[in-house]
Amino acid sequence: MNELIDLALDAAQSGGAAYADIRLVERETESLAVKNGALEAADSDRSAGFGVRVLVDGAWGFSGSSRLEPDAAARVAREAVLVARASALARRDRVVLDDTPPVVASYRTPFAEDPFEVSIDEKLKILFAADAAMGGVTGITVRSGSIVAARERKTFASTEGARIEQQLTEVGAGIEATAVDDNEVQQRSFPNSGGGQHVAGGFEAVRGLDIPGNAQRIAEEAVALLQAPQCPAGAMTVIIDSPQMALQVHESCGHPIELDRVLGMEASFAGTSFLTVDKLNELQYGSQIVNIDADATAPGGLGTFGFDDEGVPAQNVPIVTEGRFVGYLTSRETAPVIGRRSMGSSRASGWNVIPLIRMTNVNLRPGSAGSLEDLIADTREGLFLSTNHSWSIDDRRLNFQFGTQVGWLIRDGKLTQMVRNPTYTGITPEFWGACDAICDPSEWRLWGVPNCGKGEPMQTHRVGHGAAPARFHGIQVGVGRW
Amino acid sequence: MVATLSWDRPALETLLARALDLVTEGEAEALFTARDAALTRFANSQIHQNVIEHDATLRLRVIHDGRTGVATTNRLDAEGLREVVERATDIRRRARPNPDQPPLAEPLASSAPATLGYVNATANADPEMRAAGARSVIAAGDAVGLEVSGAFSTDTATLAVANSRGMWNSHTVTQAKLLTVMLDGQGGSGYAQSTAADLRAIDAAAVGEEAAEKATRSAGASDLGPGEYPVILEEYAVATILEYLSWSGFSALALQEGRSFMDLGEQIMGPNVSIWDDGLDPMGMPTSIDYEGVPKQRVDLITDGVACAVVHDTATALKAGTTSTGHGLPAPNVWGPIAWNLFMAPGSGSKEAMLAGIERGIWVTRFHYVNIVHAKRGILTGMTKDGTFLIEDGRIVRPVRNLRFTQSIPEAFSHIDAIGAETKLVSAEYSGIFARVPALRVERFNFTGATSSEGAG
Repeated sequence: MNELIDLALDAAQSGGAAYADIRLVERETESLAVKNGALEAADSDRSAGFGVRVLVDGAWGFSGSSRLEPDAAARVAREAVLVARASALARRDRVVLDDTPPVVASYRTPFAEDPFEVSIDEKLKILFAADAAMGGVTGITVRSGSIVAARERKTFASTEGARIEQQLTEVGAGIEATAVDDNEVQQRSFPNSGGGQHVAGGFEAVRGLDIPGNAQRIAEEAVALLQAPQCPAGAMTVIIDSPQMALQVHESCGHPIELDRVLGMEASFAGTSFLTVDKLNELQYGSQIVNIDADATAPGGLGTFGFDDEGVPAQNVPIVTEGRFVGYLTSRETAPVIGRRSMGSSRASGWNVIPLIRMTNVNLRPGSAGSLEDLIADTREGLFLSTNHSWSIDDRRLNFQFGTQVGWLIRDGKLTQMVRNPTYTGITPEFWGACDAICDPSEWRLWGVPNCGKGEPMQTHRVGHGAAPARFHGIQVGVGRW
Repeated sequence: MVATLSWDRPALETLLARALDLVTEGEAEALFTARDAALTRFANSQIHQNVIEHDATLRLRVIHDGRTGVATTNRLDAEGLREVVERATDIRRRARPNPDQPPLAEPLASSAPATLGYVNATANADPEMRAAGARSVIAAGDAVGLEVSGAFSTDTATLAVANSRGMWNSHTVTQAKLLTVMLDGQGGSGYAQSTAADLRAIDAAAVGEEAAEKATRSAGASDLGPGEYPVILEEYAVATILEYLSWSGFSALALQEGRSFMDLGEQIMGPNVSIWDDGLDPMGMPTSIDYEGVPKQRVDLITDGVACAVVHDTATALKAGTTSTGHGLPAPNVWGPIAWNLFMAPGSGSKEAMLAGIERGIWVTRFHYVNIVHAKRGILTGMTKDGTFLIEDGRIVRPVRNLRFTQSIPEAFSHIDAIGAETKLVSAEYSGIFARVPALRVERFNFTGATSSEGAG
């Protein structure tokens, strides 16, 4: 590999690159899926390749190949230079990188139990136990579960002298029960929708979920939802559970703080951001109790690593402090625009694509409202919303609408009637300004989002969000005609 | 491209045969996919990202004693083949039997010509050609003081499938796409897209002019309250709706699991609505086979408003007692089949003629971030984007800020009162779905919210 790296960087420099870097990445995954009592999928994927990124005449070029051979390295690097020269044909400003010092280092995700060493049979025992528990509930039409393990080995090297080896290990697991009748389809998931919980770590994280122990409950809830009344419409106090809060943070905070999006670099795909640079340190993003940080060092997060894909060390930086907007996710190219050095959130989803500004773990810090039970007890009337079902937000990250799998009305501090098809909508700063309570650290949990899409060609990446249940007043619920 | 991967038919046949020969127990399927993909991206009126990717992957499915294992690799030398067969076999041996395991597809030769959907000019596109296209678009925006962003991509993709039952099919296609979003910095924006198998069919200057004209007209947008309005949906908006109908209801698996809005044999939309999938129609973005190697068939999904059929893969077809329509995804496929070459029947009017008769309504250029709120009822939500206008007394009177809709599509498509005579091929934003569709006028469409003016300018 050393030969390949040297050949690529030498070819880039001899072709005229003022800067070049190379990433060699091998990613392997093992996926198991059980459906309706049978093993539906047993899959072992492996992809390896390298990508060369070059700066020529102040413009970027990139090429990547799956052929990990010395002759391919030089050829691909030369192609990247040609691409950069074409970029320079329509260049307005020269790309200038920050002064992040090059690092020679290594990092490995810590774990107790290697998920690739746990036998398939042992993994299937968990999934089949959950399947049997869901299958014991009359009215369930589809029951499914999955366990995924992934490992990524990557080497980063640059013409500045950086050389970083990393090994990232991830696991994920979850189940889902579906009940249908003539007019309705209702689903309940555990511990989250979208394939469950995903973390950086070992198989101990999957064992800790107790998936079989929650299977019967969610199946019963899915069936009960068929007969539950429709969620009422109107402005209400809502309490949002931890996994849904994670996605709320993702869409209404995580994406709008990506500085490349703010600077217009994503305008042609998923849009821009209302958090323009003039709002930095000025805008009251939320209420005084809202504190959000971007922490790539948080144990167990899908956005946890040693170094980003530009060689910048993982960091924890404040984003919202006592409700005030104070920070962005940045890269070496964009950070100088706001007079800062990169905070290390430039990440590529694979060897074949360039690093973009991606979320690390964008976390809502816990508050002081006690447990979820305490928060509900403190609420006279409202709606408790649990587990994401649908999501949508406008192209400046202001108007959002979410659906959750289930809701329960709150009366006099207690959960009462279950309601189906709940939705809620709002405008980002108004919504966060209406937050008056966040549960304490006992309820805080770092959730993984394994399917965050961004960029063209679109990269699907893995990010994290810590959150505790939180309460908001005057939120519009029950959107649309039902 | 200087580092392209070259895969002619003899090379592919040899590769896949070698992989299948290494499997010593039971049956096997070898699925090969390769991409030489390039994309030139521009923002703030300059190229800011410019990438090329070369990849080729072999996916091997082995079946024996009711157990199935799947493994993939993109290392395609002898050692890579040996290793992937070993991994697939190992995971198969350790798996549990599945009595309902779908079988491999039976051999059925594709009758599509090898040239369907393949154009040398696209395959041979170079960075300078894409940069020239980007510059044309940027020039159109520069001329009227707009910030221009977009992407110009050219792809060559090969799909080949062989299995131990004698299946062999392959297909190489090309795709080119140019899109742009133009912003005036004050909330005005415009969009245009052109996609084709043949790069030469894309008129970059016309793409730029369309978006610039729309952005200029949408400057100074003001609020409009939510509510139910008649709408004119441009082709971009209609294509996005069909994309999400495909995800939520055109699949046999969704129907078999009771999740689909499709009620076969029933009138679920207006009698003026016909929607079908046809991977062989060169007016779409052709793909002659699916990921099981099965030749694609035309499937009439909705005819005259009546739900007629859904698309199948081998597994759903077996369950339904029919044959695959050629809409399978790579094994192991937990998502079910997908319709990705969609068409909607045109009508007889122009978009401009649709304005007449609308007392107060909304013109929608396209939708943004659509999602499924309730699959069985076909309820979607999403935002308007890049050109939303108020219509009064048969004419466009002013641009409005983006609105959120939450609407049952079967209900809306039961009240279409005008359909455009022209159709446009549109590439979906988030998936590989293509749709050739007309513009529509819908009697009522439910807008449930609006964006804020925060940060608009």
